[in-house]
Amino acid sequence: MSYRKGLSWRWLIYLLLGLATLFFLLPVYLVVITAFKDPATIRLATAWQLPEVWYWQSFVVAWETLAPKLRNSLILAVSATALSAMLGSLNGYVLSKWRFRGANIVFPLMLFGMFIPYQSILIPLFQFLRDVGLYGSLQGLILTHVVYGLPITTLIFRNFYAEIPDEMLEAGKIDGAGFFGLYWRIVFPLSISGFVVVIIWQFTQIWNEFLFAVTLTTPATQPITVALAGLAGGEAVRWNLPMAGAILGALPTLIIYIVLGRYFIRGLLAGSVKG
Amino acid sequence: MKRLLVVLTVLLFGLSQANQLEIFTWWAGDEGPAIEALIDMYQAKYPEVEVIKADVVGGAGVVARAVLKTRMLGGSPPDTFQIHAGRSLIDTWVVAGRMEDLTWLYQEEGWLEAFPPGLIDMISTEEGIWSVPVNIHRSNVMWYVPANLERWGVSVPTTWDEFLAICPTLQAQGVTPLVVGESWTVQHLWESVALAVLGADNYAKLWTGELPFTDPQAVAVWELFDQILACTNPDAAGLAWQHATDRLVDGAAAFNIMGDWAAGYMVTTLGLEPGVGFGWAASPGTEGSFMQLSDSFGLPVGAPNRENVINWLRLIGSREGQDTFNPLKGSISPRLDSDLTKYNAYLQSAAEDFRTNRLVPSLVHGAAARAAFASEFATVMGIFLDTRDPQFAANAAQAVAFQTGLGR
Amino acid sequence: MKRVNKDYLVAFFMLLPSLVLLAIFVYGFIGQTLYVSLTNWGRDPVQALALRPVLEFVGFSNYERLFTSFLEVRFRQDLINLFFFTVFFLAGSLGLGLLLAILLDQGVKGEGLFRTVFLFPFSLSFIVTGTVWRWMLQPQGGVNALPTAFGLPPGEFTWLTSRQQIWHFNWQDLPFFTGLVVVAVLLWLTARAWRHHQRARAATFGAVALLLALWKLTGARIEILPFPERHGFNLALVGIIIAAVWQMSGYTMALYLASLRGIPEELREAARVDGASEFQTYRLVVFPLLGPITLSAMIILGHISLKIFDLIFTMTGPDLATTSVPSLLMFIRTFRAAQFADGAAIAMVLLVLVATIIIPYLWISLRGEVRR
Repeated sequence: MSYRKGLSWRWLIYLLLGLATLFFLLPVYLVVITAFKDPATIRLATAWQLPEVWYWQSFVVAWETLAPKLRNSLILAVSATALSAMLGSLNGYVLSKWRFRGANIVFPLMLFGMFIPYQSILIPLFQFLRDVGLYGSLQGLILTHVVYGLPITTLIFRNFYAEIPDEMLEAGKIDGAGFFGLYWRIVFPLSISGFVVVIIWQFTQIWNEFLFAVTLTTPATQPITVALAGLAGGEAVRWNLPMAGAILGALPTLIIYIVLGRYFIRGLLAGSVKG
Repeated sequence: MKRLLVVLTVLLFGLSQANQLEIFTWWAGDEGPAIEALIDMYQAKYPEVEVIKADVVGGAGVVARAVLKTRMLGGSPPDTFQIHAGRSLIDTWVVAGRMEDLTWLYQEEGWLEAFPPGLIDMISTEEGIWSVPVNIHRSNVMWYVPANLERWGVSVPTTWDEFLAICPTLQAQGVTPLVVGESWTVQHLWESVALAVLGADNYAKLWTGELPFTDPQAVAVWELFDQILACTNPDAAGLAWQHATDRLVDGAAAFNIMGDWAAGYMVTTLGLEPGVGFGWAASPGTEGSFMQLSDSFGLPVGAPNRENVINWLRLIGSREGQDTFNPLKGSISPRLDSDLTKYNAYLQSAAEDFRTNRLVPSLVHGAAARAAFASEFATVMGIFLDTRDPQFAANAAQAVAFQTGLGR
Repeated sequence: MKRVNKDYLVAFFMLLPSLVLLAIFVYGFIGQTLYVSLTNWGRDPVQALALRPVLEFVGFSNYERLFTSFLEVRFRQDLINLFFFTVFFLAGSLGLGLLLAILLDQGVKGEGLFRTVFLFPFSLSFIVTGTVWRWMLQPQGGVNALPTAFGLPPGEFTWLTSRQQIWHFNWQDLPFFTGLVVVAVLLWLTARAWRHHQRARAATFGAVALLLALWKLTGARIEILPFPERHGFNLALVGIIIAAVWQMSGYTMALYLASLRGIPEELREAARVDGASEFQTYRLVVFPLLGPITLSAMIILGHISLKIFDLIFTMTGPDLATTSVPSLLMFIRTFRAAQFADGAAIAMVLLVLVATIIIPYLWISLRGEVRR
């Protein structure tokens, strides 16, 4: 551990950390107390004071608005995550262990898809979905998220599998295993933590996504982010409702983050820290 | 060929959908009870139909319109959708051949006599009548609190010159003479000023292209507008219209030009009594003209449950339907035979004006011009607010009119 | 050997579906958007929303209009807004992230807890963040009311509704300033080539720089706009920048912390043994090693910034010109005004902006990998 020259700087470090904590947590405090306030008592002058009466109604109303969309979000996030994780694992396996000619051109071409602004493909996307009859359906949205999730999941798995020594696969090949045999017997059992990272990352991204959610769905198939934007948008004169909605909307990913934070961070780093 | 496509689409969707009626709307929250009441009426009459209220809330209808466009482009129209009657409907959906002509329905239901001819003109083209208006709102209304005006020693101005004359008196007492809010409310103010300066005839000519925006009379609108803006609150950009009305009621401002949903807000949410807690007058210089906007429903080509939609349209155009919906919504019925006893004092006065005044369309609320123009008018307003140059703004407006094909 | 070849074939075919999907959904669609941007889809209302629209090819006139029509002042200001937002967002996230990482690297008690706190906003949707900060930045409450808790007068800044604009410049001056920057870069390249004894290269760069400078100095002007047009930094963006930094600085902190932890302790020990103070150790040993990760973070944050839509849509809605960015304009042009070709042109401009930073980055980083 690093040592200090004298203890005099420690207090500064803790002070700065304390200030940073305030910056990050004050909004949370404000959101929570506003969500629990009776709309009539929300005055800008008393914004920071605790509610006199803890008013639960906002959560009930917010829940009623959000709940129908919750099912959509769940189906969407779970299916799309599972599919893009499986495909990403296979792709990563191919690109790291079965380098064919041209793999070095193919991979960057795939990666580019991760960076494009989704506005650039929005119009052709809904034309395409309409032409194949998937417009407005959850399947169409799932397909969209699977495809646009392929680059990042492939990247994460490729980097992950690059760590597996080639000798392990060599040994398997000598034993007579082929492409699939090597995958199921050697690579897949080692992929568990890779899957955890990818699943957490994809679930969070897809759950929180808004643009596709709002343009590719009908009211029956809208995910929860659209309902949340509806609560918060435009003429939100009664702030307790958007605040309650924000809390409810943030809970799933927040819980995942708190419980499985370590893997979450690994997902963050996977895309950026090379090797 | 188109018929075949329509039939096929209807069949396809008819097969997949049970007896339903999907109503696409963005009314929710405070405006929810009115549409709910209509739906209840419909359910009572047709219990075997499953009514689906597809509402997309938020972003002041932007998100809803986005969803509607993508659905229509995707070839899966809702059974019916809420839309402002007038040019925004016609120039968006009618000319693209996406709506069915309803003239036969008007004849069957006797609506050609029940609605004022000025209204029917506004919602039809040579090829037919395109939607059924369920309500009428008035745009050119000026709101004030009588008690406050007495306190400050001013009376209600009937022309803008009178207003500009009392402006310093109010400012000296620390009162905002005219309160405005975010961008669209400023445009809302503009159209009342335009009506006052140009008069009903020339105002209507703006939208047919007969009067260019660069005409000296039209430029004069911006010149007056510049002077009026000097009497408004500087922090307008962040105010929702309800907050502007709040300022009026709190005594921080004297006048507010807003559509008559403000009356609904003051009566229902703020609990004020029309005539006592608040007062109204025609926007200065526009006495005798009723600038209207109307929410309506139409029949899209290829609607999956056509019969159900037609029944819905019959309901919303009927006297009972409209007199159930409108008192709850805070608007008036477009029918001349509406039962005025069900409406509050303000709405009764508005209905009187509706029957006697000259009707002109609102720009900001989709009646006067196509969506492309109305959407870009925000840019023109932005240019004016930045430069405060009337000629420049007029040029910009004319350029937008040309670019979006206004009047063609 | 035959077995091995067969497996490579299988591998390729397993990859193929993804390749096909991406070829369609990424490259095919980009091509489609490009095509739409070269038509007039939306101008003629008869065709705009018809079931089978008939489109007319108009070449680059949509792009021309975006950059030279005086009506497109909002688009150009959106670009400026995007520029300032990106710059300050990057600076803020990187700076705050680095600071937090350095603080946590000092071996503090409860590091895990601090890390969780700093990182949790990253798990939230931009919609949630936008909603929260919109409430915080209400002119008469939230942040402005905070000083009153200490008995101080409330804050006066109107945050998201501010109409203030600083650092004014005229859009027509842009070619001139761009020229200056290009000349400066060329001069620097000349000097570098000269130092590395690459005469030919130095001569080329120098000549081009000289020509460009002469051209500018002799008063040649490219008129890109009919009227002078004032642009600047809209202070309303400050609120959005703060919200975005709040959400993303945990990410940069995690990156930097991982990097700092990856620096071998021996290096720092060696520096200390040589008599360097803690500051000097950081400045001379640690910071240079953080270069690659900083670049990585800048790329990731940069492309998020260029695409940003949800946050601004939630905080200020689609119509507030002071905080608008091209992605918002594209949304309302396409979906409210039904000007599809226009929206497509704006989307392509966005894509080009993103591509100019991503493509070089991908090329460099993957070329480095191949060498390994």
